[in-house]
Amino acid sequence: MSDKKVKRRDFIFTTSYALGAVGVGAAVWPLIDQMNPDASVKALASTEVDVSSVEPGQSITVLWRGKPVFIKRRTQEEIDKAREVDIKNLKHPEKDEDRAKNPEWLVMLGVCTHLGCVPLGDKGEYGGWFCPCHGSHYDTSGRIRKGPAPTNMEIPKYEFVNTNTIKIG
Amino acid sequence: MKNFLKFFLTILVFCLKASSISAAEQTEKLLNPGWGFKGFFGKFDRGSLQRGYQVYTEVCAACHSIKYLSYRNLSETGGPEFTEDQVKAIASQFEVTDGPNDDGDMFTRPARPADNFVSPYANEKAAIAANGGAYPPDMSVLVKARKGGADYIYSLLLGYEDPPSGLSLDDGVYYNKYMAGNKIKMSNPLSDGLVEYGDGTSATSEQMAKDVTTFLAWAAEPHLEARHKIGFRAIIYLIILTILVYFSMKKIWSRVESKV
Amino acid sequence: MSDHEYIPKSKLGKWFNDRLPILTLANHLTEYPTPKNLNYWWTFGAILTFCLVTQIITGLILAMHYVAHADLAFSSVEHIMRNVNYGWLIRYVHANGASMFFLAVYIHIFRALYYGSYKSPREIIWILGMMIYILMMMAAFMGYVLPWGQMSFWGATVITNLFSAIPFFGESITMWLWGGYAVDNPTLTRFFSLHYLIPFLILGLVVLHIWALHVPGNNNPIGIDIKKPSNDTVSFHPYIVIKDLFALLIFLIVFAFFVFYSPNILGHADNYIEANPMVTPAHIVPEWYLLPFYAILRSVPDKLLGVIAMFAALFILVILPWLDTSKIRSAIFRPLYKQFYWFLVADVLILGYMGAMPAEGIYLLVARVATAYYFLHFLIILPVLGNKEKTSEVPLSITEPVLGGSASASITKNHLDKI
Repeated sequence: MSDKKVKRRDFIFTTSYALGAVGVGAAVWPLIDQMNPDASVKALASTEVDVSSVEPGQSITVLWRGKPVFIKRRTQEEIDKAREVDIKNLKHPEKDEDRAKNPEWLVMLGVCTHLGCVPLGDKGEYGGWFCPCHGSHYDTSGRIRKGPAPTNMEIPKYEFVNTNTIKIG
Repeated sequence: MKNFLKFFLTILVFCLKASSISAAEQTEKLLNPGWGFKGFFGKFDRGSLQRGYQVYTEVCAACHSIKYLSYRNLSETGGPEFTEDQVKAIASQFEVTDGPNDDGDMFTRPARPADNFVSPYANEKAAIAANGGAYPPDMSVLVKARKGGADYIYSLLLGYEDPPSGLSLDDGVYYNKYMAGNKIKMSNPLSDGLVEYGDGTSATSEQMAKDVTTFLAWAAEPHLEARHKIGFRAIIYLIILTILVYFSMKKIWSRVESKV
Repeated sequence: MSDHEYIPKSKLGKWFNDRLPILTLANHLTEYPTPKNLNYWWTFGAILTFCLVTQIITGLILAMHYVAHADLAFSSVEHIMRNVNYGWLIRYVHANGASMFFLAVYIHIFRALYYGSYKSPREIIWILGMMIYILMMMAAFMGYVLPWGQMSFWGATVITNLFSAIPFFGESITMWLWGGYAVDNPTLTRFFSLHYLIPFLILGLVVLHIWALHVPGNNNPIGIDIKKPSNDTVSFHPYIVIKDLFALLIFLIVFAFFVFYSPNILGHADNYIEANPMVTPAHIVPEWYLLPFYAILRSVPDKLLGVIAMFAALFILVILPWLDTSKIRSAIFRPLYKQFYWFLVADVLILGYMGAMPAEGIYLLVARVATAYYFLHFLIILPVLGNKEKTSEVPLSITEPVLGGSASASITKNHLDKI
């Protein structure tokens, strides 16, 4: 068999394999992508909450992406208490100013960072939240002060679209 | 090989013919104004979809739900492609029942883009009771649920005429050329100038019928454009690969001294 | 099977193969001697395997999103079509894949009928094939119920009602199938479970089907026994693999046309109406691939006899190897049988067409004639032909007559050109 024939034959096979592989990849991708969040789930990726009826000292809980979000309108006392804390001594040092840009409003995921239970508000030794599952105490900024939880309760992405409405996510 | 292809094509033609044969009585030939979304390169006309949405909202939605459609679909690619702000505004015009709230009560709130289209009636029985015993069908897949598809919906909308002499109709029953059995409990929903189109198009009955049918065709098949696009690429790809594999096959089989 | 013992080249391969001879199996499949005169009607086995795998993969993905409850089934299918990423594609591939699966299986069966592939010593392959076919029909029937449209519901009602024709136990059996007093949620949930199960039963039977095939080896267009390996055979890889791949690609082009450009043409519009136990559709029809049996069922005016006729039509196919008495396999050398074969093909197509028509007037008459002819073909024509038919002379080998040497060289060469 001449060299030219061998080269042409190999070219045909190589091209077929390569093109075949592309096709298989293109066919497999939808089978994998279908497990990604679907359009109806992604539509609920962000939610708008009307907070006009929340009084100072009051807290509401909304469901966002399947998890509870605490929206607390803090009293001046609670804000001061949060800002006074010396963060050097915290297990997870975070300034309250960084957690609540608008100090009156604390928006955070109501999920204990230990093993995922929902902490109870207005409880615990630091005036914030207490998780009954394993005894974690959070302060008025939602920071872990005592107990097994490793980090502060998470602050999601949010913004005030107007004075009465917070868009989370 | 030739026989193989001949046979294949015969079966294919048979399948296509057999499936298009009606098992029913003689029916009127349907009207067909030409649909831009049919054919290999079919696409929806955005203007028509937007006008069709307007017709649905102002004329049909009073009785017909379209419950599998969501307001956010109105801004997705391949549809009317309203802007996200327009969709937010559209959605907020409708009231959705939500709840229970912390008092245990259900409450109403303005719809959001993520919500599905609000139905005119609480449930099917309410719809039947309010419409003289006939249920105005949900329109989410209506175009696919009727033999003749878009042609049928279009024809039906324009098919109202006086009953032939001798045929008397009960109250609330109307004569339609294209309805199976010719009797329909929906009165003629369209008349010239019924809707004022935002883009200035003249709202004749034919125009509204065409626009609302296009809208319903999209509602039934929101991914039609993606399907056509991917299909075109898939088939071209398969043809190229088939040709390559054909030559590979010839090369390999040339090693066999005498193929019988 | 005369495999020499296969020794894997690598040490690891040898170690593994000694414990689980998977490399021996792979070698067997690669070297498997296949007649070199196989035509394209022989590619449908591979095409069918592809169809089964496609249905299983798309099916199990759909099952991740589908909800098997009467209140939610229809809307879960719409959720798949609208919201799930590429859900519309996976659903259309699964629905049209079922039709393609049956198209392929009918071609595969009719190939066997023409070339006598069901004859000794391949009877068990044939019976396994029939069992696969029956399971396919059950899976397809139950799958069609799952979207819970009007045809889903009423098709299920009509077919499950057939069992009430059984004397004495009929009513109880039917209620046992339903899980209630009519087709309803319990029926749907059990159909979902069984629809998920059956393809894996089919997969097991397919393994047996191929295993049983590998004992005598493939039949071939001239229907003679051949020595393997020999000048008459080629190794399965690469010769048959590449040919099957080519045929599969053509098949996929047809498949793609349906999925992307006419995904609903083989279905019924009524199945896009949600199931309503109060309203019966004007014409209840199964999917196209079940139409011939539906026509036979409706041909007989008596309910029980109609059911018996339908099952008999299937059973008759199962016992075909014993009905066809001819010693010659291939229709190429059986000029009379060849004629009757094409009559049978026409008869089955007519039955299919009649199945889609209302069971009245001329349609009913034609269906009855076609049903009678179907039974005539298998019960009378085949046994008689086997004894009475004058067959043409069959060559002694595939290659030999062409390369010279055989007394019947010229005759056989003519026949071979006709393949």
